[in-house]
Amino acid sequence: MSKLVYLVPLLPLIGFLINGLGRKSLTKSLTAIIGCGVILISFIISLVLFFEVKAGHSEVVTYFDFITAGNLKIPFAFQVDQLSVVFLLIITGVGFLIHVYSTAYMHEESGAHYARYFSFLNLFVFSMLLLVLGANYLIMFIGWEGVGLCSYLLIGYWFKNPEYTAAGNKAFIMNRVGDFGFLLGLFWLIQQFGTLNYSDIFSKAGDMKINDAALVGITLLLFVGAVGKSAQIPLYTWLPDAMAGPTPVSALIHAATMVTAGVYMIARSNLLYTLAPTTMGVVAIIGLATAIFAATIALKQNDIKKVLAYSTVSQLGYMFLGLGVGAFTGAVFHVMTHAFFKALLFLGAGSVIHAMHHEQDIRKMGGLAKRLPVTHWTFLVACIAIAGIPPLSGFFSKDEILAAAFSANTVYWVVGVIGAILTAFYMFRLYATTFLGKFRGSHEQEHHLHESPKAMTWPLIILAILAAISGFVGVPAVLGGHHELENFLSPIFAGSVKLVHDHHEIAHSTEYMLMGVAAGTAILAILYAVSKFSKKPDLEEAQGFGRVLQNKWYVDELYDAIFVKPLKGFSGFLNAVVEKSGIDGIVNGVGRLVNYGGRQLRLLQNGQVGAYILMMVVATLVLFIIQLFV
Amino acid sequence: MNPNDVFITFPELLVWFPLLSGLIIFLLNKEDQVKKLALTSSFITVAIVVASLFFTDKKYYNFNNVSYFWLPSLGSSFALMYDGMGRMLCLLTSLAFPLAFLSSYNKSYTKPNSFYGLMLLMQSGLIGVFCAMDALVFYFFWELALIPAYFLSSRWGGERRIQTTFKFFVYTFAGSLLMLIGIIYVYLHTPDFTFSLRSFMNTKLPTEKEEIIFWLFFIAFAIKMPVFPFHTWQPDAYEQATPSVTMILSGVMVKMGVFALIRWLIPVFPYASQLFANFIIILAVIGMVYASLIAWMQDDLKRLVAYSSIAHIGLMCAAVFARDESGMKGVMIQMFNHGINVIGLWIVVDLIERIWGTRKISELGGLSNASPVLTIFMVVIALANLALPLTNAFVGEFLMFNGLFSHGIWTTAIALFCIILVAIYTLNMVRRVFYGETKRENVLSLKTIDVNVKTALVIVVLIILILGIYPKPMFELTQDSVDVFMSKVKGLF
Amino acid sequence: MTINHYIFLSVALFCIGIIGVLTRRNMIIIFMCIELMLNATNLLLVAFSKMHYLAASVADAATTAGTDGQLFVFFIMVVAAAEVSVGLAIIVMMFRNTHSIDVNFLNRLKH
Repeated sequence: MSKLVYLVPLLPLIGFLINGLGRKSLTKSLTAIIGCGVILISFIISLVLFFEVKAGHSEVVTYFDFITAGNLKIPFAFQVDQLSVVFLLIITGVGFLIHVYSTAYMHEESGAHYARYFSFLNLFVFSMLLLVLGANYLIMFIGWEGVGLCSYLLIGYWFKNPEYTAAGNKAFIMNRVGDFGFLLGLFWLIQQFGTLNYSDIFSKAGDMKINDAALVGITLLLFVGAVGKSAQIPLYTWLPDAMAGPTPVSALIHAATMVTAGVYMIARSNLLYTLAPTTMGVVAIIGLATAIFAATIALKQNDIKKVLAYSTVSQLGYMFLGLGVGAFTGAVFHVMTHAFFKALLFLGAGSVIHAMHHEQDIRKMGGLAKRLPVTHWTFLVACIAIAGIPPLSGFFSKDEILAAAFSANTVYWVVGVIGAILTAFYMFRLYATTFLGKFRGSHEQEHHLHESPKAMTWPLIILAILAAISGFVGVPAVLGGHHELENFLSPIFAGSVKLVHDHHEIAHSTEYMLMGVAAGTAILAILYAVSKFSKKPDLEEAQGFGRVLQNKWYVDELYDAIFVKPLKGFSGFLNAVVEKSGIDGIVNGVGRLVNYGGRQLRLLQNGQVGAYILMMVVATLVLFIIQLFV
Repeated sequence: MNPNDVFITFPELLVWFPLLSGLIIFLLNKEDQVKKLALTSSFITVAIVVASLFFTDKKYYNFNNVSYFWLPSLGSSFALMYDGMGRMLCLLTSLAFPLAFLSSYNKSYTKPNSFYGLMLLMQSGLIGVFCAMDALVFYFFWELALIPAYFLSSRWGGERRIQTTFKFFVYTFAGSLLMLIGIIYVYLHTPDFTFSLRSFMNTKLPTEKEEIIFWLFFIAFAIKMPVFPFHTWQPDAYEQATPSVTMILSGVMVKMGVFALIRWLIPVFPYASQLFANFIIILAVIGMVYASLIAWMQDDLKRLVAYSSIAHIGLMCAAVFARDESGMKGVMIQMFNHGINVIGLWIVVDLIERIWGTRKISELGGLSNASPVLTIFMVVIALANLALPLTNAFVGEFLMFNGLFSHGIWTTAIALFCIILVAIYTLNMVRRVFYGETKRENVLSLKTIDVNVKTALVIVVLIILILGIYPKPMFELTQDSVDVFMSKVKGLF
Repeated sequence: MTINHYIFLSVALFCIGIIGVLTRRNMIIIFMCIELMLNATNLLLVAFSKMHYLAASVADAATTAGTDGQLFVFFIMVVAAAEVSVGLAIIVMMFRNTHSIDVNFLNRLKH
């Protein structure tokens, strides 16, 4: 069966081709059936693969030689193992639900654009599957760039709006900055190991000494790629702008799957990272900084999608914190639970936006709980899950990361918990402002308020169930569980676990306390937020420090001032001065010099016979002198 | 018929066939006839090249495949060889012409017979360059390709064409003369007084002389490629020439420079190339970043493409001088792929200019509202231009950067900076030209995206995707040339 | 008299000729100066011819060494005569056209 793994990415590709090429002739319903159908089949195959792998059958399937150059051989091969099937299930499963949701959400679009949307979405799933299935870093990179492309295309889906297309460009270019590091890391890997295959690299890396300069360099460069793709400091600014795309796209690409590619990459290369503790420290600190920084921005955003976007950035920070402290399973676990609850949040937000006729400002909402009951309840589940309240999924995954952070460094834990409190606060600020209190929109909007169609509510319900219960696959031993996920993934992380000796087990009592503190403070934050914002949401423009937060710490402006403007100015200078008058000036100058020289020499021909004779005599004399003395 | 005889005559056939059909076309009068014959001839050339790909026999890869003596008193013979690199570039040349003819089929030129005649003459010259194994024959074809280019771009094109063509011609011709001096110098030092490539390779010049002669050759090739800072003729020439000529100039002619580095410069002067490799790589890398930054600032689509092409060629030059096997393979397939991609870009640019009447990015906008099909083509080609994986350019660029990495991490890092810049200017261009609200009404009706242009674009896109997903045939085709090259430079490391 | 005396005389005559050509503007005088230079050369040729003949006749009384020098002199005189006739014709034509024989008057080649 695992020979058939190529079908998993191939089917979405076929869907892309059919929908893309036939976008003028296909009807909308046919488009929707093809678009969703291929993903569903992929999901079923992934499920079969999952059970095969669970039965202990993982392998590398090689198809053809992609690149052969001297000693460098890069096959086009897929790796079917524990880590990739987990991601396969997340991608195709959540992807399928979002495809179904999209059929209703995008219904207003004309046939050709509708098909374009689904073809891009299918292409995205294809690329993402390539990313996680690749058996070497090059295939991963192909998917890596492919998802970037689809993200670009889908952010700029409404291409008539120049702001949206600019956001698409920004996303692609920021990702390219990351790719810059990633590629450099790949070249270094090739130089160091002579191959890009995971298995070969990991077996060779095992013999290297800890914190080897090459390893640190490689892992840092790869991490630059992850920073770009997974929107970490300092390359996170594209993600909030990426909310320009249709909401299901935000749910699929900018919350559930693509942005977790960085986490996948590091989890996949866990051995390299474990061998480079310096890099691990950097990963943890950047993750932690992003988690807290993005959380502060989210406190003051008024656009429903922007809040969720910053919350995504912040949650991704937690995942990187987990990776940085060696809790690889925790990070993957959080990827999974986050995929459920964050996709749910985005889809819920999409449902709200749909009902409010493309209004995204939460100050103009309020009291939606009664009118959109399904959306409301599912959104609430997701909010509780992300806030980390037991027994919903977010609690278990976040707790695992925080516990690992505690054993690595107490400061990590303290900052992490503060971030978690902020998360609980801004999520319930969002919830209370949107769903509780009185409706603040226009009459017309109120008149049209309606619950979304079935195609949108069913994915919400399924995701809500998953967000609620998916935590139980990772119940830690301290709570009497077996942590199925950890057992399942253990072959992947076995190499690194052996290396980590200093992770002393935390005493159970300490762990209970940590959980209690985290969950308790989160509950307090929730109660405070609900009581504060359900009656009296903050509608005024923020003042003072709040204004700084609302303007996202002015980071975009800062980047514009220190990177974009100087580079543009420099290019303008090169174009106007160096190129035109400098280099081309020299070239034309040579031509002009010859011209000028000719014109000047012509003047010697002055028609004065005496002058000619004088020149003749002088020349003769010179020749004489040369003949005689030289 | 003995297949071996057929094999031997392939390069000659490829040289003579376009030459003869070009001469016949000169004699015709009717535009219709001329176009049909030119297109047919170019397709037959493709057929010959494709057929030749299947007649491969290692036995005939010898260096002096002398067809007949040319100037026996000077020791020059009409030697043509057909190795992997030559075959690949002949394929590119033979593909470029039908694409150029197809995309401009319904455009009428004044004096069509001389236009198409000169085009085919140029094709013959280009193929000769790629097959020549004798320095004098090489020089002969090098100029044979240049002279029709001069007439083509000075008689058909934009308003400032005379001026820019003059610059282009004098610039490249000055380079060629330097090379001629170099050729004669090396010839006088060959052990057996011949111009053949083999005896050029066997010649051991005194080191200090080799260092000087190296530069004579290098400058000629650097102007042709062009490498920073010898590039300024190029944007002007591309801007002013008529699009089908531009396609040939940028798609095929600039490859002559890269090709000559691999075939002539480095194997003949291995010591000097090693000595100056650092310097040239740095120059090329500076040129890449420089050209990318300038491309960002351009408002004219043609100039943007021209500068983008300079940046890509800079990478090829750097990768050649890094002399790493994987990099060389990248250069090989990138020569082909860059040719195809840049031709695709020119076809779209030409179409935009014909339909909307301008090439200024600032005056265009929202073209995708009017023509989604054109947008799809352009986006695919633009993505190939920025070397996105699974488009043809990716494999080449990946390997070239990898080859460069073996030379040094910092140069690679600076060169890699270009992949960010290329994304910036390409996507900016796509955004401003194709997205947004319609800014300008089309001059011609959109029906002018005729079947012929569409066919040309479909061919380009198919090549982009097929070679992007399955580049192996190209690797296999050029393997022998890479091996020869590596064996020449290996002894020095 | 040694050969040196002839050389000095010849050089002196030649220099006078040159200076005359360079400084004077009257075409007739320039012409005469040119003749002076030619004859300075002739003098030298004759002198060297005699010198070579004397040196060679010591060994061989019937020698013809140096005769070519004398021949050259005749050759030069013939050419000079031809030159004078052409040159004077030019001067006459010039005078007819411009009523002047100043060399600097005819500088229209420049324009």
